[in-house]
Amino acid sequence: MLSKEEEIDILKSKSNYEDAQSSSIEALKIVQKSRGWVSKQAIREISKVLKIPESNLEEVATFYSQIFRKPVGRNIIRYCDSVVCYMYGCEDIKSCLENALNISIGGTTKDFRFTLLPICCLGNCDNAPTIMINDNTYSRLSLKQVVELLELYK
Amino acid sequence: MKRILRTSETHPLTWWLNEKEDVVWIKEYKKNGGYLAFEKALKTMQPVDIISIVQESGLKGRGGAGFPTGIKWSLMPKKSSFDVRYLLCNADEMEPGTYKDKFLMEKIPHQLIEGILISSLALNVSKSYIFLRCEYVQAERILKKAIFEATQYGYIGSNVLKSGLNFEIFLHSGAGRYICGEETALINSLEGKRANPKYKPPFPAYVGAWGKPTCINNVETLSNIPSIILHGTKWYKNLSKSIDSGTKMMGFSGKVKNPGLWELPFGITAREILEDYAGGMNNGLNLKAWQPGGASTELLTFKHIDLPMNFSTIQNAGSRLGTALAMAIDDTVNIVSLVRNIEEFFSRESCGWCTPCRDGLPWIVSILKSLEVHQGHENDMDILEELCCKLGPGKTFCAHAPGAVSPLKSAIKYFRSEFESGIKKTSIINISSI
Repeated sequence: MLSKEEEIDILKSKSNYEDAQSSSIEALKIVQKSRGWVSKQAIREISKVLKIPESNLEEVATFYSQIFRKPVGRNIIRYCDSVVCYMYGCEDIKSCLENALNISIGGTTKDFRFTLLPICCLGNCDNAPTIMINDNTYSRLSLKQVVELLELYK
Repeated sequence: MKRILRTSETHPLTWWLNEKEDVVWIKEYKKNGGYLAFEKALKTMQPVDIISIVQESGLKGRGGAGFPTGIKWSLMPKKSSFDVRYLLCNADEMEPGTYKDKFLMEKIPHQLIEGILISSLALNVSKSYIFLRCEYVQAERILKKAIFEATQYGYIGSNVLKSGLNFEIFLHSGAGRYICGEETALINSLEGKRANPKYKPPFPAYVGAWGKPTCINNVETLSNIPSIILHGTKWYKNLSKSIDSGTKMMGFSGKVKNPGLWELPFGITAREILEDYAGGMNNGLNLKAWQPGGASTELLTFKHIDLPMNFSTIQNAGSRLGTALAMAIDDTVNIVSLVRNIEEFFSRESCGWCTPCRDGLPWIVSILKSLEVHQGHENDMDILEELCCKLGPGKTFCAHAPGAVSPLKSAIKYFRSEFESGIKKTSIINISSI
Protein backbone atom coordinates (compact mmCIF):
# COMPACT_ATOMS: atom_id res chain seq x y z
CA MET A 1 0.00 0.00 0.00
CA LEU A 2 1.13 3.54 -0.70
CA SER A 3 1.50 5.62 2.42
CA LYS A 4 -0.83 8.55 2.97
CA GLU A 5 2.07 10.97 2.30
CA GLU A 6 3.00 9.24 -0.94
CA GLU A 7 -0.57 9.34 -2.14
CA ILE A 8 -0.99 13.02 -1.26
CA ASP A 9 2.27 13.94 -2.97
CA ILE A 10 1.35 11.99 -6.11
CA LEU A 11 -2.07 13.61 -6.35
CA LYS A 12 -0.52 17.02 -5.72
CA SER A 13 1.99 16.53 -8.56
CA LYS A 14 -0.83 15.44 -10.85
CA SER A 15 -2.35 18.93 -10.66
CA ASN A 16 0.80 20.42 -12.25
CA TYR A 17 0.12 18.64 -15.53
CA GLU A 18 -2.62 18.31 -18.12
CA ASP A 19 -3.21 14.60 -17.56
CA ALA A 20 -2.42 11.77 -15.16
CA GLN A 21 0.11 10.09 -17.48
CA SER A 22 2.30 13.21 -17.38
CA SER A 23 2.79 12.91 -13.64
CA SER A 24 3.93 9.28 -13.91
CA ILE A 25 7.67 10.11 -13.71
CA GLU A 26 7.11 12.32 -10.70
CA ALA A 27 4.96 9.62 -9.08
CA LEU A 28 7.68 7.01 -9.59
CA LYS A 29 10.22 9.40 -8.09
CA ILE A 30 8.02 10.08 -5.07
CA VAL A 31 7.76 6.35 -4.34
CA GLN A 32 11.45 5.83 -4.97
CA LYS A 33 12.34 8.63 -2.61
CA SER A 34 10.59 6.98 0.30
CA ARG A 35 11.39 3.33 -0.53
CA GLY A 36 14.70 3.53 -2.37
CA TRP A 37 13.40 1.69 -5.44
CA VAL A 38 10.24 0.96 -7.41
CA SER A 39 8.85 -2.56 -7.11
CA LYS A 40 6.22 -4.18 -9.30
CA GLN A 41 3.81 -3.87 -6.39
CA ALA A 42 4.51 -0.14 -6.12
CA ILE A 43 3.75 0.30 -9.83
CA ARG A 44 0.42 -1.44 -9.31
CA GLU A 45 -0.40 0.91 -6.46
CA ILE A 46 0.60 4.04 -8.37
CA SER A 47 -1.52 2.93 -11.31
CA LYS A 48 -4.55 2.76 -9.04
CA VAL A 49 -3.97 6.27 -7.70
CA LEU A 50 -3.29 7.82 -11.11
CA LYS A 51 -5.93 5.66 -12.82
CA ILE A 52 -3.62 4.76 -15.70
CA PRO A 53 -2.63 1.25 -16.89
CA GLU A 54 0.24 -0.47 -15.12
CA SER A 55 1.90 -1.06 -18.48
CA ASN A 56 2.13 2.69 -19.08
CA LEU A 57 4.05 3.10 -15.84
CA GLU A 58 6.17 0.03 -16.52
CA GLU A 59 7.11 1.44 -19.92
CA VAL A 60 8.34 4.66 -18.36
CA ALA A 61 10.00 3.05 -15.35
CA THR A 62 12.14 0.78 -17.53
CA PHE A 63 13.31 3.62 -19.77
CA TYR A 64 14.71 6.20 -17.38
CA SER A 65 18.11 5.52 -15.88
CA GLN A 66 17.37 7.14 -12.52
CA ILE A 67 14.36 4.97 -11.72
CA PHE A 68 15.62 1.89 -9.92
CA ARG A 69 13.82 -1.42 -10.42
CA LYS A 70 15.67 -3.45 -7.86
CA PRO A 71 16.72 -2.70 -4.29
CA VAL A 72 19.65 -0.28 -4.06
CA GLY A 73 21.97 0.75 -1.28
CA ARG A 74 21.22 3.51 1.22
CA ASN A 75 23.75 5.70 -0.57
CA ILE A 76 23.95 6.05 -4.33
CA ILE A 77 27.37 6.87 -5.73
CA ARG A 78 27.24 8.37 -9.21
CA TYR A 79 30.65 8.83 -10.76
CA CYS A 80 30.83 11.07 -13.82
CA ASP A 81 32.29 9.14 -16.75
CA SER A 82 31.97 11.82 -19.42
CA VAL A 83 34.81 13.10 -21.51
CA VAL A 84 36.36 15.80 -19.29
CA CYS A 85 36.32 13.55 -16.23
CA TYR A 86 37.72 10.83 -18.49
CA MET A 87 40.80 13.00 -19.11
CA TYR A 88 41.05 13.48 -15.35
CA GLY A 89 41.11 9.76 -14.68
CA CYS A 90 37.50 8.75 -14.00
CA GLU A 91 38.35 5.18 -15.03
CA ASP A 92 40.80 5.03 -12.12
CA ILE A 93 38.09 6.40 -9.83
CA LYS A 94 35.76 3.70 -11.08
CA SER A 95 38.24 0.89 -10.38
CA CYS A 96 39.14 2.45 -7.06
CA LEU A 97 35.47 2.46 -6.01
CA GLU A 98 34.91 -1.05 -7.34
CA ASN A 99 37.86 -2.34 -5.31
CA ALA A 100 37.03 -0.43 -2.16
CA LEU A 101 33.40 -1.60 -2.20
CA ASN A 102 34.05 -5.00 -3.75
CA ILE A 103 31.30 -4.57 -6.33
CA SER A 104 31.20 -3.73 -10.02
CA ILE A 105 29.27 -1.01 -11.86
CA GLY A 106 25.55 -1.24 -11.20
CA GLY A 107 26.17 -3.37 -8.13
CA THR A 108 25.15 -2.94 -4.51
CA THR A 109 27.27 -3.83 -1.50
CA LYS A 110 26.11 -6.81 0.56
CA ASP A 111 25.33 -4.59 3.54
CA PHE A 112 23.19 -2.33 1.30
CA ARG A 113 25.33 0.63 2.19
CA PHE A 114 26.30 1.64 -1.35
CA THR A 115 25.21 1.30 -4.97
CA LEU A 116 27.66 2.34 -7.69
CA LEU A 117 26.43 3.88 -10.94
CA PRO A 118 27.94 5.81 -13.82
CA ILE A 119 26.35 9.14 -14.72
CA CYS A 120 26.38 11.54 -17.68
CA CYS A 121 28.36 14.75 -17.34
CA LEU A 122 27.39 16.40 -14.06
CA GLY A 123 28.13 19.88 -15.41
CA ASN A 124 31.09 20.23 -13.11
CA CYS A 125 33.78 20.00 -15.80
CA ASP A 126 35.71 22.98 -14.45
CA ASN A 127 36.15 20.94 -11.27
CA ALA A 128 36.89 17.52 -12.71
CA PRO A 129 37.04 14.73 -11.72
CA THR A 130 33.73 14.71 -9.96
CA ILE A 131 31.42 12.26 -8.23
CA MET A 132 28.03 12.62 -6.62
CA ILE A 133 26.96 10.75 -3.51
CA ASN A 134 23.23 11.07 -2.93
CA ASP A 135 22.60 14.82 -3.39
CA ASN A 136 26.16 15.97 -2.74
CA THR A 137 28.68 16.71 -5.47
CA TYR A 138 32.41 16.40 -4.82
CA SER A 139 35.00 18.13 -6.97
CA ARG A 140 38.65 17.70 -8.00
CA LEU A 141 38.98 14.39 -6.22
CA SER A 142 42.13 12.37 -5.72
CA LEU A 143 41.85 8.60 -5.35
CA LYS A 144 42.75 8.95 -1.68
CA GLN A 145 39.91 11.42 -1.14
CA VAL A 146 37.46 9.10 -2.91
CA VAL A 147 38.15 6.34 -0.40
CA GLU A 148 38.04 8.76 2.54
CA LEU A 149 34.66 10.06 1.34
CA LEU A 150 33.09 6.63 1.71
CA GLU A 151 33.64 6.82 5.47
CA LEU A 152 31.23 9.76 5.66
CA TYR A 153 28.32 7.62 4.51
CA LYS A 154 27.00 4.91 6.78
CA MET B 1 44.81 35.77 -16.22
CA LYS B 2 42.40 38.55 -17.00
CA ARG B 3 40.62 40.32 -14.20
CA ILE B 4 37.02 40.59 -15.19
CA LEU B 5 35.05 43.73 -14.52
CA ARG B 6 31.39 43.04 -15.17
CA THR B 7 29.03 45.90 -16.02
CA SER B 8 25.45 45.92 -17.23
CA GLU B 9 26.71 47.50 -20.46
CA THR B 10 29.14 44.74 -21.32
CA HIS B 11 27.98 41.65 -19.41
CA PRO B 12 24.16 41.59 -19.62
CA LEU B 13 23.92 38.03 -18.31
CA THR B 14 26.36 38.01 -15.42
CA TRP B 15 26.84 41.63 -14.26
CA TRP B 16 24.48 40.94 -11.33
CA LEU B 17 27.06 38.77 -9.62
CA ASN B 18 29.41 39.93 -6.88
CA GLU B 19 33.01 38.78 -6.46
CA LYS B 20 31.96 35.69 -4.53
CA GLU B 21 29.25 34.91 -7.06
CA ASP B 22 26.51 34.55 -4.43
CA VAL B 23 22.97 33.73 -5.58
CA VAL B 24 21.09 36.88 -6.63
CA TRP B 25 17.74 36.63 -4.84
CA ILE B 26 14.74 38.81 -5.69
CA LYS B 27 15.52 41.75 -3.38
CA GLU B 28 18.92 42.31 -4.90
CA TYR B 29 17.69 41.52 -8.39
CA LYS B 30 14.94 44.13 -8.14
CA LYS B 31 17.26 46.68 -6.52
CA ASN B 32 19.45 46.54 -9.62
CA GLY B 33 16.63 46.89 -12.09
CA GLY B 34 15.37 43.33 -12.25
CA TYR B 35 11.82 42.76 -13.56
CA LEU B 36 11.79 46.29 -15.11
CA ALA B 37 11.99 44.69 -18.55
CA PHE B 38 8.97 42.51 -17.76
CA GLU B 39 7.01 45.50 -16.47
CA LYS B 40 7.96 47.49 -19.57
CA ALA B 41 6.86 44.66 -21.86
CA LEU B 42 3.64 44.09 -19.94
CA LYS B 43 2.58 47.72 -19.81
CA THR B 44 3.84 49.19 -23.04
CA MET B 45 4.32 46.41 -25.60
CA GLN B 46 2.16 44.15 -27.74
CA PRO B 47 3.20 40.50 -28.25
CA VAL B 48 4.06 41.18 -31.91
CA ASP B 49 6.37 44.04 -30.85
CA ILE B 50 8.28 41.76 -28.48
CA ILE B 51 8.65 39.10 -31.17
CA SER B 52 9.90 41.61 -33.71
CA ILE B 53 12.44 43.07 -31.25
CA VAL B 54 13.80 39.61 -30.51
CA GLN B 55 13.88 38.87 -34.23
CA GLU B 56 15.69 42.14 -34.94
CA SER B 57 18.17 41.55 -32.12
CA GLY B 58 19.55 38.55 -33.99
CA LEU B 59 19.45 36.38 -30.84
CA LYS B 60 20.23 32.78 -31.75
CA GLY B 61 19.36 29.74 -29.63
CA ARG B 62 22.04 29.02 -27.06
CA GLY B 63 21.29 25.34 -26.62
CA GLY B 64 23.69 24.26 -29.37
CA ALA B 65 21.89 24.46 -32.69
CA GLY B 66 21.90 28.26 -32.96
CA PHE B 67 18.47 28.62 -34.56
CA PRO B 68 17.28 32.27 -34.57
CA THR B 69 14.98 32.68 -31.57
CA GLY B 70 12.79 35.37 -33.14
CA ILE B 71 12.05 33.14 -36.11
CA LYS B 72 11.25 30.21 -33.82
CA TRP B 73 8.81 32.46 -31.96
CA SER B 74 7.23 33.75 -35.16
CA LEU B 75 6.42 30.16 -36.17
CA MET B 76 3.88 29.90 -33.38
CA PRO B 77 0.32 30.20 -34.77
CA LYS B 78 -1.04 33.75 -34.86
CA LYS B 79 -4.71 32.80 -34.62
CA SER B 80 -6.16 33.34 -31.19
CA SER B 81 -8.29 30.22 -31.64
CA PHE B 82 -5.24 28.28 -30.44
CA ASP B 83 -6.05 29.33 -26.93
CA VAL B 84 -3.77 26.94 -25.03
CA ARG B 85 -0.04 27.17 -25.73
CA TYR B 86 3.05 26.21 -23.79
CA LEU B 87 6.55 27.49 -23.31
CA LEU B 88 9.11 24.89 -22.30
CA CYS B 89 12.45 25.92 -20.93
CA ASN B 90 15.03 23.30 -21.81
CA ALA B 91 17.19 22.95 -18.71
CA ASP B 92 18.12 19.33 -19.39
CA GLU B 93 21.80 20.19 -19.65
CA MET B 94 23.63 16.89 -20.15
CA GLU B 95 26.00 17.50 -23.05
CA PRO B 96 29.41 16.33 -21.81
CA GLY B 97 31.62 19.34 -21.22
CA THR B 98 28.77 21.79 -20.67
CA TYR B 99 28.09 23.65 -17.44
CA LYS B 100 26.56 27.01 -18.37
CA ASP B 101 22.82 26.55 -17.75
CA LYS B 102 23.59 25.17 -14.31
CA PHE B 103 25.61 28.31 -13.55
CA LEU B 104 22.87 30.68 -14.77
CA MET B 105 20.13 28.83 -12.85
CA GLU B 106 22.14 28.53 -9.65
CA LYS B 107 23.39 32.12 -9.61
CA ILE B 108 20.80 34.35 -11.31
CA PRO B 109 17.51 32.39 -11.23
CA HIS B 110 15.31 35.48 -11.52
CA GLN B 111 16.85 36.48 -14.83
CA LEU B 112 15.62 33.16 -16.24
CA ILE B 113 12.20 33.60 -14.65
CA GLU B 114 11.92 37.14 -16.04
CA GLY B 115 12.97 35.82 -19.46
CA ILE B 116 10.28 33.12 -19.27
CA LEU B 117 7.65 35.70 -18.27
CA ILE B 118 8.49 38.08 -21.13
CA SER B 119 8.55 35.17 -23.59
CA SER B 120 5.20 33.93 -22.24
CA LEU B 121 3.78 37.37 -22.85
CA ALA B 122 5.13 37.44 -26.41
CA LEU B 123 3.81 33.97 -27.21
CA ASN B 124 0.43 34.30 -25.44
CA VAL B 125 1.39 31.52 -23.07
CA SER B 126 0.06 31.24 -19.57
CA LYS B 127 1.67 27.96 -18.52
CA SER B 128 5.35 27.26 -18.87
CA TYR B 129 7.52 24.40 -17.68
CA ILE B 130 11.19 24.32 -16.79
CA PHE B 131 12.43 20.84 -17.74
CA LEU B 132 15.35 20.33 -15.39
CA ARG B 133 17.59 17.27 -15.22
CA CYS B 134 17.23 15.52 -11.89
CA GLU B 135 20.92 15.53 -10.98
CA TYR B 136 20.91 19.34 -10.76
CA VAL B 137 19.63 19.26 -7.17
CA GLN B 138 21.13 22.60 -6.22
CA ALA B 139 19.56 24.33 -9.24
CA GLU B 140 16.22 22.70 -8.36
CA ARG B 141 16.35 24.04 -4.81
CA ILE B 142 17.26 27.55 -5.98
CA LEU B 143 14.68 27.69 -8.77
CA LYS B 144 11.94 26.48 -6.42
CA LYS B 145 12.73 29.28 -4.00
CA ALA B 146 13.01 31.85 -6.81
CA ILE B 147 9.63 30.84 -8.27
CA PHE B 148 8.14 31.16 -4.78
CA GLU B 149 9.69 34.63 -4.38
CA ALA B 150 8.43 35.79 -7.80
CA THR B 151 4.94 34.52 -6.90
CA GLN B 152 5.02 36.47 -3.65
CA TYR B 153 6.05 39.64 -5.47
CA GLY B 154 3.12 39.18 -7.84
CA TYR B 155 5.04 38.35 -11.03
CA ILE B 156 3.67 34.82 -11.18
CA GLY B 157 0.04 33.92 -10.55
CA SER B 158 -3.30 35.32 -11.65
CA ASN B 159 -3.93 38.90 -12.77
CA VAL B 160 -0.21 39.68 -12.73
CA LEU B 161 0.43 43.38 -11.97
CA LYS B 162 -3.27 44.04 -12.59
CA SER B 163 -2.88 43.18 -16.29
CA GLY B 164 -5.63 40.58 -16.26
CA LEU B 165 -3.10 38.01 -17.45
CA ASN B 166 -2.13 34.79 -15.68
CA PHE B 167 1.34 33.29 -15.65
CA GLU B 168 2.29 29.96 -14.14
CA ILE B 169 5.75 28.39 -14.11
CA PHE B 170 6.14 24.73 -13.19
CA LEU B 171 9.42 23.09 -12.37
CA HIS B 172 9.58 19.59 -13.84
CA SER B 173 12.53 17.45 -12.86
CA GLY B 174 13.42 14.50 -15.09
CA ALA B 175 14.68 11.01 -14.35
CA GLY B 176 17.87 10.81 -16.41
CA ARG B 177 18.58 10.09 -20.10
CA TYR B 178 20.50 12.55 -22.30
CA ILE B 179 18.00 12.26 -25.14
CA CYS B 180 15.44 14.28 -23.12
CA GLY B 181 17.33 17.38 -24.29
CA GLU B 182 16.13 16.79 -27.86
CA GLU B 183 13.05 18.99 -28.13
CA THR B 184 10.51 16.42 -29.34
CA ALA B 185 11.86 13.81 -26.90
CA LEU B 186 11.58 16.44 -24.18
CA ILE B 187 7.88 16.84 -25.01
CA ASN B 188 7.34 13.08 -24.79
CA SER B 189 9.16 12.96 -21.48
CA LEU B 190 7.11 15.86 -20.10
CA GLU B 191 3.98 13.98 -21.10
CA GLY B 192 5.14 11.04 -18.99
CA LYS B 193 6.22 8.84 -21.87
CA ARG B 194 9.50 7.33 -23.04
CA ALA B 195 11.80 10.05 -24.34
CA ASN B 196 11.79 8.92 -27.96
CA PRO B 197 12.08 11.75 -30.48
CA LYS B 198 9.04 12.45 -32.69
CA TYR B 199 8.94 12.88 -36.42
CA LYS B 200 8.82 16.47 -37.68
CA PRO B 201 6.54 17.82 -39.18
CA PRO B 202 4.29 18.56 -37.44
CA PHE B 203 6.61 20.96 -35.65
CA PRO B 204 6.14 21.62 -31.93
CA ALA B 205 5.15 25.21 -32.79
CA TYR B 206 1.85 23.72 -34.03
CA VAL B 207 1.61 20.31 -32.37
CA GLY B 208 3.73 20.22 -29.23
CA ALA B 209 3.12 19.34 -25.60
CA TRP B 210 -0.31 17.74 -25.14
CA GLY B 211 -0.95 18.45 -28.82
CA LYS B 212 -0.89 22.22 -28.35
CA PRO B 213 1.39 24.88 -29.88
CA THR B 214 4.64 24.78 -27.94
CA CYS B 215 7.85 26.77 -27.97
CA ILE B 216 11.04 25.27 -26.53
CA ASN B 217 13.95 27.52 -25.60
CA ASN B 218 17.20 26.94 -23.78
CA VAL B 219 17.97 28.48 -20.35
CA GLU B 220 20.68 30.80 -21.68
CA THR B 221 18.49 31.94 -24.59
CA LEU B 222 15.66 32.91 -22.25
CA SER B 223 18.11 34.61 -19.86
CA ASN B 224 19.07 36.97 -22.70
CA ILE B 225 15.53 38.27 -23.24
CA PRO B 226 15.19 40.79 -20.34
CA SER B 227 18.24 42.86 -21.30
CA ILE B 228 17.25 42.92 -25.00
CA ILE B 229 13.85 44.32 -24.05
CA LEU B 230 15.35 46.84 -21.64
CA HIS B 231 18.31 48.12 -23.64
CA GLY B 232 17.25 47.55 -27.23
CA THR B 233 18.55 45.71 -30.25
CA LYS B 234 21.26 48.15 -31.37
CA TRP B 235 23.06 47.90 -28.06
CA TYR B 236 22.67 44.12 -28.07
CA LYS B 237 24.17 43.76 -31.53
CA ASN B 238 27.09 46.03 -30.64
CA LEU B 239 28.07 43.81 -27.71
CA SER B 240 29.43 41.30 -30.16
CA LYS B 241 32.66 41.39 -32.12
CA SER B 242 31.11 39.36 -34.91
CA ILE B 243 27.95 38.97 -36.96
CA ASP B 244 26.27 36.98 -34.16
CA SER B 245 24.62 39.33 -31.69
CA GLY B 246 25.24 39.60 -27.99
CA THR B 247 27.38 37.73 -25.54
CA LYS B 248 27.72 34.02 -24.86
CA MET B 249 28.70 31.95 -21.88
CA MET B 250 31.97 30.42 -23.05
CA GLY B 251 34.55 28.35 -21.30
CA PHE B 252 37.49 26.00 -21.49
CA SER B 253 37.85 22.75 -19.62
CA GLY B 254 40.38 19.93 -19.80
CA LYS B 255 43.98 20.12 -18.59
CA VAL B 256 44.17 23.91 -18.54
CA LYS B 257 45.43 26.04 -15.64
CA ASN B 258 42.16 27.74 -14.81
CA PRO B 259 39.19 25.84 -16.22
CA GLY B 260 35.98 27.82 -16.01
CA LEU B 261 33.30 29.76 -17.82
CA TRP B 262 32.96 33.42 -18.63
CA GLU B 263 30.46 35.67 -20.37
CA LEU B 264 32.26 36.81 -23.51
CA PRO B 265 31.37 38.62 -26.72
CA PHE B 266 30.89 36.51 -29.84
CA GLY B 267 33.92 36.78 -32.09
CA ILE B 268 36.52 36.42 -29.34
CA THR B 269 39.10 33.90 -30.51
CA ALA B 270 39.46 30.48 -28.96
CA ARG B 271 43.11 31.35 -28.23
CA GLU B 272 42.06 34.39 -26.17
CA ILE B 273 39.73 32.25 -24.06
CA LEU B 274 42.29 29.50 -23.64
CA GLU B 275 45.25 31.75 -22.84
CA ASP B 276 43.81 34.89 -21.26
CA TYR B 277 40.94 33.38 -19.31
CA ALA B 278 41.76 29.71 -18.84
CA GLY B 279 45.43 30.53 -18.26
CA GLY B 280 46.78 28.26 -21.00
CA MET B 281 47.60 24.58 -20.89
CA ASN B 282 48.96 22.99 -17.72
CA ASN B 283 52.74 23.05 -17.44
CA GLY B 284 54.42 20.59 -19.74
CA LEU B 285 51.33 19.91 -21.82
CA ASN B 286 50.59 21.00 -25.37
CA LEU B 287 47.26 21.44 -27.09
CA LYS B 288 46.64 18.55 -29.45
CA ALA B 289 42.99 19.08 -30.33
CA TRP B 290 39.88 20.77 -28.93
CA GLN B 291 36.14 20.57 -29.13
CA PRO B 292 34.45 23.96 -29.46
CA GLY B 293 31.16 23.20 -27.74
CA GLY B 294 30.42 19.83 -26.23
CA ALA B 295 31.02 16.16 -26.93
CA SER B 296 28.91 16.14 -30.10
CA THR B 297 30.98 18.79 -31.88
CA GLU B 298 33.76 17.90 -34.32
CA LEU B 299 37.34 18.01 -33.07
CA LEU B 300 39.51 20.89 -34.22
CA THR B 301 43.30 21.11 -33.96
CA PHE B 302 45.78 23.74 -32.72
CA LYS B 303 45.71 25.20 -36.26
CA HIS B 304 42.16 26.37 -35.60
CA ILE B 305 42.86 28.00 -32.26
CA ASP B 306 42.83 31.55 -33.69
CA LEU B 307 39.32 31.16 -35.06
CA PRO B 308 36.76 33.61 -33.74
CA MET B 309 34.08 31.91 -31.68
CA ASN B 310 30.85 32.43 -33.58
CA PHE B 311 28.41 30.15 -35.35
CA SER B 312 29.54 30.63 -38.96
CA THR B 313 33.35 30.58 -38.62
CA ILE B 314 33.38 27.44 -36.50
CA GLN B 315 30.98 25.81 -38.94
CA ASN B 316 33.17 26.78 -41.91
CA ALA B 317 36.11 25.15 -40.14
CA GLY B 318 34.17 21.88 -40.16
CA SER B 319 32.78 21.86 -36.65
CA ARG B 320 29.94 23.49 -34.70
CA LEU B 321 29.97 26.18 -32.06
CA GLY B 322 27.55 24.00 -30.07
CA THR B 323 27.34 25.21 -26.51
CA ALA B 324 30.64 27.16 -26.84
CA LEU B 325 32.01 25.45 -23.75
CA ALA B 326 35.26 24.29 -25.27
CA MET B 327 37.40 21.40 -24.13
CA ALA B 328 41.17 21.16 -24.56
CA ILE B 329 42.71 17.80 -25.39
CA ASP B 330 46.39 17.66 -24.51
CA ASP B 331 49.16 15.72 -26.21
CA THR B 332 49.24 12.96 -23.61
CA VAL B 333 45.72 11.85 -24.55
CA ASN B 334 45.26 8.93 -26.92
CA ILE B 335 42.64 10.07 -29.41
CA VAL B 336 41.28 6.55 -30.00
CA SER B 337 40.63 6.11 -26.27
CA LEU B 338 39.10 9.56 -25.95
CA VAL B 339 36.75 8.96 -28.86
CA ARG B 340 35.91 5.53 -27.41
CA ASN B 341 34.84 7.27 -24.20
CA ILE B 342 32.66 9.72 -26.16
CA GLU B 343 31.08 6.94 -28.23
CA GLU B 344 30.39 4.85 -25.12
CA PHE B 345 28.45 7.81 -23.79
CA PHE B 346 26.39 8.21 -26.97
CA SER B 347 25.85 4.47 -27.26
CA ARG B 348 24.56 4.25 -23.69
CA GLU B 349 22.32 7.27 -24.14
CA SER B 350 20.75 6.25 -27.46
CA CYS B 351 17.01 5.90 -26.89
CA GLY B 352 16.97 2.80 -29.12
CA TRP B 353 14.17 4.04 -31.33
CA CYS B 354 15.88 3.80 -34.72
CA THR B 355 18.20 1.08 -35.95
CA PRO B 356 21.30 2.98 -37.18
CA CYS B 357 21.70 4.66 -33.82
CA ARG B 358 20.74 1.68 -31.62
CA ASP B 359 22.95 -0.83 -33.42
CA GLY B 360 25.56 1.40 -35.04
CA LEU B 361 26.85 3.07 -31.90
CA PRO B 362 27.65 -0.14 -29.95
CA TRP B 363 29.35 -1.42 -33.10
CA ILE B 364 31.55 1.70 -33.22
CA VAL B 365 32.40 1.23 -29.53
CA SER B 366 33.44 -2.38 -30.03
CA ILE B 367 35.69 -1.49 -32.99
CA LEU B 368 37.30 1.36 -31.07
CA LYS B 369 37.88 -0.94 -28.08
CA SER B 370 39.74 -3.41 -30.27
CA LEU B 371 41.78 -0.65 -31.93
CA GLU B 372 42.67 0.64 -28.48
CA VAL B 373 44.38 -2.64 -27.60
CA HIS B 374 45.94 -3.07 -31.06
CA GLN B 375 43.61 -5.90 -31.97
CA GLY B 376 41.82 -4.09 -34.77
CA HIS B 377 40.96 -5.77 -38.06
CA GLU B 378 42.18 -4.45 -41.40
CA ASN B 379 38.62 -3.57 -42.46
CA ASP B 380 37.93 -1.60 -39.30
CA MET B 381 38.76 1.80 -40.79
CA ASP B 382 36.43 1.18 -43.71
CA ILE B 383 33.64 0.06 -41.38
CA LEU B 384 34.11 3.09 -39.13
CA GLU B 385 33.97 5.44 -42.10
CA GLU B 386 30.91 3.70 -43.46
CA LEU B 387 29.21 3.96 -40.07
CA CYS B 388 30.07 7.67 -39.90
CA CYS B 389 28.16 8.02 -43.14
CA LYS B 390 25.24 5.77 -42.23
CA LEU B 391 24.70 7.48 -38.89
CA GLY B 392 25.05 10.92 -40.47
CA PRO B 393 22.52 13.75 -40.83
CA GLY B 394 19.19 12.76 -42.36
CA LYS B 395 19.71 9.03 -41.86
CA THR B 396 18.27 8.80 -38.36
CA PHE B 397 15.20 10.05 -36.52
CA CYS B 398 16.96 12.81 -34.58
CA ALA B 399 20.36 14.49 -34.24
CA HIS B 400 21.70 12.05 -31.63
CA ALA B 401 23.55 9.73 -34.04
CA PRO B 402 24.88 12.50 -36.31
CA GLY B 403 26.16 14.24 -33.17
CA ALA B 404 27.71 11.00 -31.97
CA VAL B 405 29.71 10.38 -35.14
CA SER B 406 30.89 14.00 -35.49
CA PRO B 407 33.84 13.64 -33.09
CA LEU B 408 34.73 10.24 -34.59
CA LYS B 409 34.69 11.49 -38.16
CA SER B 410 36.86 14.48 -37.34
CA ALA B 411 39.23 12.40 -35.21
CA ILE B 412 39.80 10.04 -38.15
CA LYS B 413 40.37 13.06 -40.39
CA TYR B 414 43.07 14.61 -38.20
CA PHE B 415 44.54 11.62 -36.37
CA ARG B 416 44.11 8.73 -38.80
CA SER B 417 47.51 7.23 -37.99
CA GLU B 418 46.52 6.77 -34.32
CA PHE B 419 43.54 4.70 -35.42
CA GLU B 420 45.53 2.73 -37.99
CA SER B 421 48.21 1.88 -35.47
CA GLY B 422 45.54 -0.09 -33.61
CA ILE B 423 45.13 -2.58 -36.46
CA LYS B 424 46.57 -5.96 -35.57
CA LYS B 425 49.76 -6.48 -37.60
CA THR B 426 49.24 -10.17 -38.29
CA SER B 427 45.79 -9.64 -39.74
CA ILE B 428 47.26 -7.43 -42.46
CA ILE B 429 49.88 -10.03 -43.34
CA ASN B 430 47.34 -12.86 -43.39
CA ILE B 431 44.97 -11.07 -45.68
CA SER B 432 47.60 -9.75 -48.06
CA SER B 433 49.09 -13.24 -48.39
CA ILE B 434 45.82 -14.69 -49.67
